[in-house]
Amino acid sequence: MTHDLSEDITGDQESKNYQNKSENTWREYFSFNTDHKVIGVQYMVMTFIFFLIGGLLAMLIRAELLTPESNLVDRPLYNGLFTMHGTIMIFLWIIPFNAGLSNYLVPLMIGARDMSFPLLNAISFWILPPAGLLLLSSFFLPNGTAQAGWWSYPPISLQVPGDQFINGEFIWIVSLVLIGISSIMGAVNFVTTIFWMRAPGMTFFRMPVFVWSVFSAQLLQLINLPALTAALILLLFDLSFGTQFFKPDANGDPIIYQHLFWFYSHPAVYIMALPAFGIFAEVLPAFSRNPLFGYRSVAIATLGIAAVSIFVWVHHMFTSATPGWMRMTFMATSMLVAIPTGIKAFAWTATIWRSKLHLETPMLFAMGGAAMFIFGGVTGVMLAATPFDIHVNNTYFVVGHFHYIVFNTITMAIFAAIYYWFPKITGRMYAEGWGKLHFWLTFIPANITFFSMHPLGLQGMLRRVSSYDPQYQGWNVIASLGSFLLGASTLPFIANMVGSWLYGPKAVNNPWHATGLEWTTSSPPPPENFQEIPVVTKPPYDYGDPKYSVVLDADNGE
Amino acid sequence: MQRRPIHKDESPIRFDLWRLRLPNWLQRFLPSGGGTHEDHHGKGMFGFTVFLLSESIIFLSFIFTYVVLRLTTNNWLPPGISGPELSTLVIINTVVLLSSSFVIQLAENALKRNKLKKFRWLWLMTIAMGTYFLIGLLIEWKNLDFKITTGLVGSTFYLLTGFHGLHVLAGVVLQIIMLIRSFIPGNYNKTHFGTSATTLFWHFVDVIWVFLFSLIYLWRA
Repeated sequence: MTHDLSEDITGDQESKNYQNKSENTWREYFSFNTDHKVIGVQYMVMTFIFFLIGGLLAMLIRAELLTPESNLVDRPLYNGLFTMHGTIMIFLWIIPFNAGLSNYLVPLMIGARDMSFPLLNAISFWILPPAGLLLLSSFFLPNGTAQAGWWSYPPISLQVPGDQFINGEFIWIVSLVLIGISSIMGAVNFVTTIFWMRAPGMTFFRMPVFVWSVFSAQLLQLINLPALTAALILLLFDLSFGTQFFKPDANGDPIIYQHLFWFYSHPAVYIMALPAFGIFAEVLPAFSRNPLFGYRSVAIATLGIAAVSIFVWVHHMFTSATPGWMRMTFMATSMLVAIPTGIKAFAWTATIWRSKLHLETPMLFAMGGAAMFIFGGVTGVMLAATPFDIHVNNTYFVVGHFHYIVFNTITMAIFAAIYYWFPKITGRMYAEGWGKLHFWLTFIPANITFFSMHPLGLQGMLRRVSSYDPQYQGWNVIASLGSFLLGASTLPFIANMVGSWLYGPKAVNNPWHATGLEWTTSSPPPPENFQEIPVVTKPPYDYGDPKYSVVLDADNGE
Repeated sequence: MQRRPIHKDESPIRFDLWRLRLPNWLQRFLPSGGGTHEDHHGKGMFGFTVFLLSESIIFLSFIFTYVVLRLTTNNWLPPGISGPELSTLVIINTVVLLSSSFVIQLAENALKRNKLKKFRWLWLMTIAMGTYFLIGLLIEWKNLDFKITTGLVGSTFYLLTGFHGLHVLAGVVLQIIMLIRSFIPGNYNKTHFGTSATTLFWHFVDVIWVFLFSLIYLWRA
């Protein structure tokens, strides 16, 4: 059967026939379920809780930095706060949230009934809550959590206060290894699904860019994550079993840890960012009624980013006694990343060029995130230059740069995705006014908070310190106040999501008149996604075709 | 499998060679599953191969650590330590492990030709060879004059052989499970993916051992 997308735009006749076959109840979201959609929602809700926890830790850090003196928390606790903030936001918010979103969307977007290994999928989710709780439990250990920062460099991470066998660092390593195992299983599942489960006619160059992004990101997980696992195993042995891999006083070499660690943790940035780019590539065409500009170039650039990102890790180690030739090489490769990302940025811009924009909440978040990525990308190229990097190394400039990427770009993209696919996932519309309020409450404070860090860093304020010279107080107060506003911005979001899921107006199958396969099935989709597996005959972004250029209504909730 | 039509999009950017040829090549190279749950074996083996690729990076990281430490350390062997010796035990162990790769492949082939009895005997032989290797490893560990805390030589030696031994153990456990499953009536067809995956895993463990053996025992101090 050929699935004609126009049917859904005009009447939704066909899809109404099999709408809501599933007996979706709230209980199944708390059960061991192998449906990829349930697992996806489980991932997303759980990681959002960790996002709130990580955000609270960040606000505690900013509260401490309101004054130059260290007076709110003691130094070990402050160390624990920034270590746990970083760890939670990376390993329990962005990466697993992307896994959840991909879990929900990839089978729908490629026209499959489920992931290729549903049981493995459920297991990879259920590893995460215990691992996360384990990580949090280290706050209650006698000597507190791990204190060596989220990168946990030896020999600092090998100094255990109190000399106990079970300590914060030990717990940190064990939970990260668990999270890593979950990610590897997920990656195997995603790559196999995208290779083997595509609907007839869904060639690689008819896949939505989001699927390309997930594919590239999960390939990186497969290739690079094991290096982190290896580094963590070695660190655990050094910490608890008396080996000497990273102990400088026993001929060990802590720099090896840095190489293994960044071999994963640099590409991890792209594991987080590529799905965000994929979200932009879905949302921007839908709300500007234009096909994605240069689709094929964007798809190949996605793979290109993944490929280049494997060879740039040493730029995190320019100040780690790295030889000159290595600095030069990795400066060049790091700057090379700007080419495929530039292709993407131009493609987004060209997509919305001279179109009539529909500024619904997902579009606001996508445009805001894409714009902020330009800013974060430019400071990224600055940091790739070795001399500049050495100058601002370990200052707030670096902190500002990566928060522009991880918060202002990726978390914004995640919010865009939540709003964009909310009708599909819940079958109900969110409240547009609350959504816009959430956007402005996020966008402005995020810029206040993270922009302030750039001048701070250029002036020389170091990161990971709880007290500082009074000359830095001005920008610090601005950043802290911004962060409190940013924290408050999640309140209208939560109210909107919970309220709309319970009481929102029923959504039609395709409220945005978008062209992806996921919009051709009912909202929420039935257990096996499609009544009949669709046969794909079209490119993914058909908005240019006059047949599909329907003007969006102001009110989408019918 | 019939060749799918190739879609040409209307992208205004034209980088002729790679833009036109690479996609065409990819389309022919990549499988399309048709969104079904059929072909468990092919899908499973693909996923398992991808997993092994990932596993090999862990070994590669450990080997990288070993090689760098070895090259940058002046006194690799602490005084009074002779280091891991290429003893008869190690050589026999290696020969047994490597030849078990052939045995398991024969077993797998026998299963493909539905010779269940032959499969079970050969499979049992592989289990015995794997177990022999593990016992040999433990004996070797017991006879050595250094511990895991004895300098970098101890740290790296026990890490590499221990991590590999853990994989041999996992392989033997998988083999035992598959042997038991081959006795469950009606479950015989399902064992096909399991046995193929176990066979592949066993080859993987053997190939890793070739590298570890050369690095640990043949690279003299």
